[in-house]
Amino acid sequence: MAETALRRTPLYDEHRRLGAKMVPFAGYEMPIQYSGIVAEHRAVRSRAGLFDLSHMGEFHFRGRGAQATVDRLVSSDVAGLDVGQARYGLLCNERGTIVDDVIVYRVAVDELMMVVNAANIAKDRAHVLELLGADTAFEDRSTGTALIAIQGPRAAQILGAESGAEVTRLHPFGVIGARLARTSAVVARTGYTGEDGFEVFVASEGAGAVWSALREAGREAGLLPIGLGARDTLRLEARYSLYGNEIDESTDPIEAGLAWTCKLDKAFIGRDEIAKRKAEGARRRIVGLVIDGGVARHGHEVVHESTPIGTVTSGTYGPTVDKNIALAYVPTEISKVGTRLAVRIRERDVPATVVKTPFYRRPE
Amino acid sequence: MSAVPDDLKYSKEHEWVRADGDVATIGITHFAQEQLGDVVFVELPEKGATVRQFSSLGVVESVKAASDIYAPISGEVLERNVKVIESPELVNSAPYGDGWMLKVRLADKGELTKLLNAADYRSHIGESAGIGGD
Repeated sequence: MAETALRRTPLYDEHRRLGAKMVPFAGYEMPIQYSGIVAEHRAVRSRAGLFDLSHMGEFHFRGRGAQATVDRLVSSDVAGLDVGQARYGLLCNERGTIVDDVIVYRVAVDELMMVVNAANIAKDRAHVLELLGADTAFEDRSTGTALIAIQGPRAAQILGAESGAEVTRLHPFGVIGARLARTSAVVARTGYTGEDGFEVFVASEGAGAVWSALREAGREAGLLPIGLGARDTLRLEARYSLYGNEIDESTDPIEAGLAWTCKLDKAFIGRDEIAKRKAEGARRRIVGLVIDGGVARHGHEVVHESTPIGTVTSGTYGPTVDKNIALAYVPTEISKVGTRLAVRIRERDVPATVVKTPFYRRPE
Repeated sequence: MSAVPDDLKYSKEHEWVRADGDVATIGITHFAQEQLGDVVFVELPEKGATVRQFSSLGVVESVKAASDIYAPISGEVLERNVKVIESPELVNSAPYGDGWMLKVRLADKGELTKLLNAADYRSHIGESAGIGGD
């Protein structure tokens, strides 16, 4: 069988040294776990965790037209972003379905950074280049950029000790330039865990220094390195969508529960179709399920009165909520909280109940 | 505790058997639980059910994925470990102790000869743990 060589992030040697179990993910060899998914999950909820997300893509848009261009590409209000602000949004196609979910950071007056999913980098690049005008310069810096996330209730204290107190004063979705470990970085108060936390963008050459400095600064606070396994259980408890599971080019923002990311009173690709679907009402929608007596997984059928009516998009054991949880598409008319359904696991219908999401919300 | 106790028999699928007269206790090995990661759910047949050597007897779910457990020997289920169903993490913390899964009445003691001894199992996982071909 022909094998494509897997790429490595600048932190590959660190992961090996830490005893990480490495797996192929989106063309990269990535750590799925170090000490164990449950222990890592709990560390992020109660203390802090450090993630290598250098596989993610970073697109830069510069020039007088940059902000207007990205505003046309993304479903949310990019035109309204001040310098130092970031926003979550969707890239959609003209059919009103989802090409990717992204975060857009306005890092300077005429410069925006868009962070995209690793598996979608090539596709997204083609998608955005179609709309690019002469007043906007585009650069895909995915390869040369490392992304390190520090997440958890002690993240601000640890990062602040390393980079100065300014980052700890960032509002959620705020972004600034900073220096840490003698390296220039862009620091944003964003994340994918349901905890307070930051994402630190640095040139690949600086990744090792920043990683080591944060590990050292977090030692006493109980910071652990966190793999993709716990990243998934953390995001699922917080009910964040994962591209390829909850959302893809066969799903629209309305049924995915992402209508809030669509500013329908502006022009963006897919806007008309999404507005139409919103007016019609979604035929199916994503619900949270708690499963009683089994672990639901991506692709399992959801059953109502013995009839298959939907599909699980993601499922796992949630260590913090201590329940088997899942997200699933079901018909809107049987999606109310409290509805009794079942998930077909190994040909057995295991009872499941529709619950409110997120499954986990961090204490104020 | 040794990762491969000398007094047990092993299957290539990483189950262990402790035979005592015609009663066999079954579980999964230290190596298996390490490969699986945190075990969060265990599905086992009820008392009175019959298991067949090298056929699936149940399922163990880790955070990541579901894996079949194969019966290392045939027989009638005398008892299933209720504690491991209530606290699946016992499979990780004590795979040869409180993390046992079934007690089975051996249908054919001759089947034990089809299993590996500790030394053979050690070399088996040495191979499995390496980066082998297909």
